[in-house]
Amino acid sequence: MSAMTMPVDAAASARRILLVYRHSPGLLASSLLVPVAMVGVFGYVFGSAMNVPGGGYREFLMPGLFALVALNAVMPAMVGGARDAGRGVTDRLRSMSVSRFGLLTGQALADLLVAAVVLAPTALVGLAAGWRIRHGLGPALGAFGLLLLFRFACGWVGTALGLAVGKEDTAGQLAVLTIPFSMLTSAFVPTGGMPGWLAAIAEWNPVSAVVEAARQLFGNPSAPGSAWPAQHPVAAALGWCALLLALAVPLAVRNFARAGR
Amino acid sequence: MSDPVIAVRGLGKTFGATRALDGLELDVPEGAVCGLLGPNGAGKTTLVRILATLVRPDRGEARVCGHEVGREAAAVRRAIGLAGQYAAVEEGITGRENLELLGRLHHLGAVKARARAAELLAEFGLEEAADRLVRGYSGGMRRRLDLAASLLTRPRVLFLDEPTTGLDPRSRREIWSAVRELATQGSTVLLTTQYLDEADRLADRITVLDRGRAVADDTPQRLKAAIGTLVEVTLPEDADLERACAVLAVLTGGAPAVDAGQRRVGAVSDPARPLALPRLVRELDAAGVVALDVALRTPSLDDVFLALTGAGAAEKTEAAA
Ligand SMILES: Nc1ncnc2c1ncn2[C@@H]1O[C@H](COP(=O)(O)OP(=O)(O)OP(=O)(O)O)[C@@H](O)[C@H]1O
Ligand SMILES: [Mg+2]
Repeated sequence: MSAMTMPVDAAASARRILLVYRHSPGLLASSLLVPVAMVGVFGYVFGSAMNVPGGGYREFLMPGLFALVALNAVMPAMVGGARDAGRGVTDRLRSMSVSRFGLLTGQALADLLVAAVVLAPTALVGLAAGWRIRHGLGPALGAFGLLLLFRFACGWVGTALGLAVGKEDTAGQLAVLTIPFSMLTSAFVPTGGMPGWLAAIAEWNPVSAVVEAARQLFGNPSAPGSAWPAQHPVAAALGWCALLLALAVPLAVRNFARAGR
Repeated sequence: MSDPVIAVRGLGKTFGATRALDGLELDVPEGAVCGLLGPNGAGKTTLVRILATLVRPDRGEARVCGHEVGREAAAVRRAIGLAGQYAAVEEGITGRENLELLGRLHHLGAVKARARAAELLAEFGLEEAADRLVRGYSGGMRRRLDLAASLLTRPRVLFLDEPTTGLDPRSRREIWSAVRELATQGSTVLLTTQYLDEADRLADRITVLDRGRAVADDTPQRLKAAIGTLVEVTLPEDADLERACAVLAVLTGGAPAVDAGQRRVGAVSDPARPLALPRLVRELDAAGVVALDVALRTPSLDDVFLALTGAGAAEKTEAAA
């Protein structure tokens, strides 16, 4: 039964997310504003003092900002999941004959559309700031595909956490947990200048793997570290996405089924 | 007689050290409106959540339309509608969109979902607000939207957890008529409420829950009759209070309650020994009591509630033991 209704349930669930964005254009505007502002702040303010091997700093920076856009899926998914669980929306859905996996997949897919809408103008701003695609269309599409895959995985992680937390306020406070993931990376600076232990952490950070993979596929300057993920960024990024999905998807479905117990 | 639509046997649920349900038994026949009463924490919401497949019981068995709520949850879900204790609506979209989306999730299809949403919005007086964001709705409007959502499929069994809490009198009436209409169409309704007049008006049968058990289960009329008659004597001066007390004690076989400030003595007559007004007046007269006012009153559901639950009931059971 619920397996058959999965596409319908996913579509309805995706529709809900998109309707929320349609009614609150400010939501989209603010998720757009962040990366664009970062191009300015990091690209021009800090970037003026930065030197990276093999090209300009802004070209180095852009894949990092793309990856942060992908990471930014965690927070809204977490707050949304917690809100639904806390306000009884999850209860209502659980009392209905719907596919739980379908509901959650629909949300995650809708969020991909949102991500695409944010990534496109960010890329345009990047192009204006000197970022370039140097290895042709195929690898570039691969890079964007990888960024969206990472966004998808991050959305599931957020949903799983949010449903487990079950309180909107608490989920909002937990948002600080994403800060180390966005800061301890090779997104802004090469890991070469960090103390060894810090460089190791940064290089094993999934965000760094995605950043390095995107740099490689776009043909942008990079300064990969010595850790395995830094040496094999595409494989590492795919591996991280697979691992996150393998953990977060079943966990999210389980937490959905248990919410409010 | 057909099988009960809701059948609960020895149901138990413990949260940590709290026994929310403690060996509950309950049968609700098809087409009935069953009112679930009980003090805060009695276990009403827990029961509703178990029946709606949201919580697994620790002990016992619960069936809805013959399906066991744990093993056959999918079949139960297809038969039920639920409006929980707190309005479960998406704030970031409009009321109409809320209903249409849930209609789609009930697999009505887009066209039917739209039509049904429009119908319910009209029925619950939400037409004007239909295309506004729910974020701007008042509490009562959210509640009504939530109730409308529980009726999308005209479910065979409807669970309403305090459906009219926080609603204005007109909205309460709208809810009542919607519930009654659903029941005349053959649906079974289980509703919890803190408003005893609501249970009195709406319910064919009432179950009173206290500390996770059903302490009474009957029609409102019979529950009231089972309490007996309330006797009240108001006196012009304090001097007669004691004598009036003595008379009432003899007549009712109970311990009268004295309200010295109001100079009033009240007692509950034993239902097995009906008390007639003339006799009461005669006996008071014979004892030399001059009364300002003598009244016999049929108990309200409030009296039933107070007699059956809480501290008063606990004392009685202890005294009986
Ligand atoms: N998820 C939970 N975790 C811990 N305790 C719970 C949980 N749900 C209910 N309880 C406890 O179980 C008991 C019964 O709660 P329930 O919500 O069923 O009562 P109720 O009759 O609906 O009360 P009210 O009239 O206040 O709504 C209470 O003591 C409550 O604290
Ligand atoms: Mg309750």
